[in-house]
Amino acid sequence: MRLLKLVPAGTNIGFITGRHIAYAISGTLMLASLVLFIVDGLNYGIDFKGGILMEVGTTGPADLAVIRRSLESLKLGDAAVQEFGQPSDVLIRIERQPGDAEAQQAAVARVRQQLSRDIEGEVSFRRVEVVGPKVSGELIVDGVLSVVLAIGAVLLYIWFRFEWQFGVGAVLALIHDVTLTIGLFSLTGLEFNLSTIAAILTIVGYSLNDTVVVYDRVRENLRKFKKMPLKELLNRSINETLSRTSITSLTTLLALFALFGFGGENLRGFTAAMIWGVFVGTYSSIFVAAPLLLRLNLRSNPSAGAGVPAKG
Amino acid sequence: MLYFPKWKIFLVIGICLVGLITAFPNVLSDDEAESLPGWIPHDKINLGLDLQGGLHFLLEVDLKAVTEERMSDLFSDVRVRLRQARIRATGFSRSGPRVSFKLNNPDDTARAMDTLQGLVVNKVPTLTSSGGPDIVIRDNGGGKIELELTEQEIEDRKSGVVDQTIEVVRNRIDELGTREPTIQRQGDSRIIVQLPGESDRDRVIGILKRTAKLTFQMVDLTTNPADAERGRIPPGSELVPADANDQFATQYVLRKRIIVSGEMLVDAQPTFQQGVPVVQFRFNSNGARRFADATRENVGKPFAVVLDGKVITAPRINEPILGGSGIITGGFTVQTANDLALLLRAGALPAPIKILEERSVGPDLGADSIAAGEFASVAGLVAVMVYIVLAYGFFGIVADMALFLNMALIAGALSTLGATLTLPGIAGIVLTIGMAVDANVLIFERIREEVRAGKTPIAALDAGYSRALGTILDANITTLIAALILFQFGSGPVKGFAVTLAIGIFTSVFTAVTVSRLMLVGWLRRTRPKALPI
Repeated sequence: MRLLKLVPAGTNIGFITGRHIAYAISGTLMLASLVLFIVDGLNYGIDFKGGILMEVGTTGPADLAVIRRSLESLKLGDAAVQEFGQPSDVLIRIERQPGDAEAQQAAVARVRQQLSRDIEGEVSFRRVEVVGPKVSGELIVDGVLSVVLAIGAVLLYIWFRFEWQFGVGAVLALIHDVTLTIGLFSLTGLEFNLSTIAAILTIVGYSLNDTVVVYDRVRENLRKFKKMPLKELLNRSINETLSRTSITSLTTLLALFALFGFGGENLRGFTAAMIWGVFVGTYSSIFVAAPLLLRLNLRSNPSAGAGVPAKG
Repeated sequence: MLYFPKWKIFLVIGICLVGLITAFPNVLSDDEAESLPGWIPHDKINLGLDLQGGLHFLLEVDLKAVTEERMSDLFSDVRVRLRQARIRATGFSRSGPRVSFKLNNPDDTARAMDTLQGLVVNKVPTLTSSGGPDIVIRDNGGGKIELELTEQEIEDRKSGVVDQTIEVVRNRIDELGTREPTIQRQGDSRIIVQLPGESDRDRVIGILKRTAKLTFQMVDLTTNPADAERGRIPPGSELVPADANDQFATQYVLRKRIIVSGEMLVDAQPTFQQGVPVVQFRFNSNGARRFADATRENVGKPFAVVLDGKVITAPRINEPILGGSGIITGGFTVQTANDLALLLRAGALPAPIKILEERSVGPDLGADSIAAGEFASVAGLVAVMVYIVLAYGFFGIVADMALFLNMALIAGALSTLGATLTLPGIAGIVLTIGMAVDANVLIFERIREEVRAGKTPIAALDAGYSRALGTILDANITTLIAALILFQFGSGPVKGFAVTLAIGIFTSVFTAVTVSRLMLVGWLRRTRPKALPI
């Protein structure tokens, strides 16, 4: 039976020789992401901004204009109304009301009353989320802290299992991934909330997964081919792990696309981030993490015979 | 090492069987699951609120009010004591946890300190507090004296109040009759309340937030409200606003002394009187006695029923009430009478609570989410399984069987651990499907390499597994670190994601490394092929 092989055995693609192009692309993308973040900012969900979120179900397609007018009459400040998955499902986001948690609750009551009056047919309030100012502030801190801690913990682990250059390479690749993901959210305006932090942390885990596999092979080859120039060794390591990397990326993407297509509207933002993360994570393991080892003066075993130059 | 020691084989098969058995109840309905024989675990997976619908609240106890009340009491106690001892003083002031005043005659200082010492309570050290005096009295010279609550006392009070609040909240939720509510303390002053299956959020919020402090006080007939407003109010009386429903007055002047309070209630029930909903109450013996005394001494005079700082009714005492029970009227509807009775039974909140965060999910959304999640999981599982067979042929089938067992183990673990499955949790499972095969892929790729290098089937299989193990562990531990940090910092649904991801990592590594190996080794020993079909 002919097996489906994505990557033929014994490839020798010049990843390392092409690394400068990769650096250029990565650099540009990172810069673009940073600029987008500073200029455009992110579409923060109520988890981080505080405020009120309501998912409303109507009988028959919802008339968004009616809903907007209805909300305007309540003078609650900034209110966003959008269709959510199906025409009869509406997502309403209202900015944080001045005052404390009490004020938010009061606003919810008024909205429910008003909408029940103004919308035709039966109105069901499928979901109500209210996040007070205190909690949203804490969630932001927790979110950022968790990402920083994760990257830090990873650095320690890699340092422990490999050498310091590997740790630095891995961390730089991760920072690259996180930056590009934030850039994506800034560009597309996808809602940035707690699930997004979960997605970012998962991307960190996944990207690292990939990077470690490549590094593991590099370490093995360093021991096996003590005389091989580093450039060649790195290239060989990447090519050898290419089959595994592509297959795993494919299976993960298959699962993620299933989620994206069938998992419902609530998961869509989260899944989109993860899909992007798989691409970026794989890219960074091959084009960022490994080539950086070259720049970081990773030497082969110095006690092996004739001195081997670190940079070939 | 191709020889699988017998005990290992049994262990692996045992774990798989346990996994399947613990996962099994999930495919049955609730009733069927209950009726399983005793030795089979009954637990089904715990569904999160976003999947079964329900209410989630994060409450915060307003601790500022706690010291306020204590200080107010202390303030009047100090004045009373000084008056009783005939010590004159002026300049009484109160700020934060401190009360200060100046004696008219500085020579009275020693006597004043003595009298006030009686107010100090020396508390016994307990498991939660180091004990010691609750108030510190200072002589600032020149007749100036100040009293201050100690740090320990403030801490103890706050902690005590939060505990008590949790109890009251628990009582109220119990009365609501929610199935399997969750009430948990979070940090110093916060409480998480989760009510699966509840959908009437307005009513629940009303029940949670009402302080429900009930007191009976005599009406002060010597002063009218108009005078009191202008400041001519006798000591020991206070001005209390009337409830909105009151048709007779907008405020009342009441004696501060509390005749009976809600704590002395034994029971409160909603009932009808002349067709109107009312609340019937009954006091304990202490309360009954005090009520009897008060009504006996004040026949013909009105007393006020004060709820949460508002007078809801002020009936006249027609005759002494010796039985300790009575009726509160106050423009109730059936629902409000019911809710008030519920609140009185459950007890008053010692301090007000704020709702910091609310997430409520209706039941239809929950059902929709489950359906979507199930469909996505099946679709993802099928896609991955098909692809793996296409890529690795026979070995792929082995990997698929391991994957299937993986899913069962995850379901079993979730059921047994009582972990909560949320919508992101389902996403975690689907993600695990995609990543679980990675371990197998690592092994199979390595085996391929060994075969290309010329090793025999047995040696290739062996080398493949042992060489790949290190990589597998390294790669998965890093994802595990991310999952653990996410678990620590995440909340609610996100925590559910971290849990399934973490469980998935363990089960994936287990099934890939031991189960698939067991199967392949078994197959190898039986068929002894010349070449590996990989």
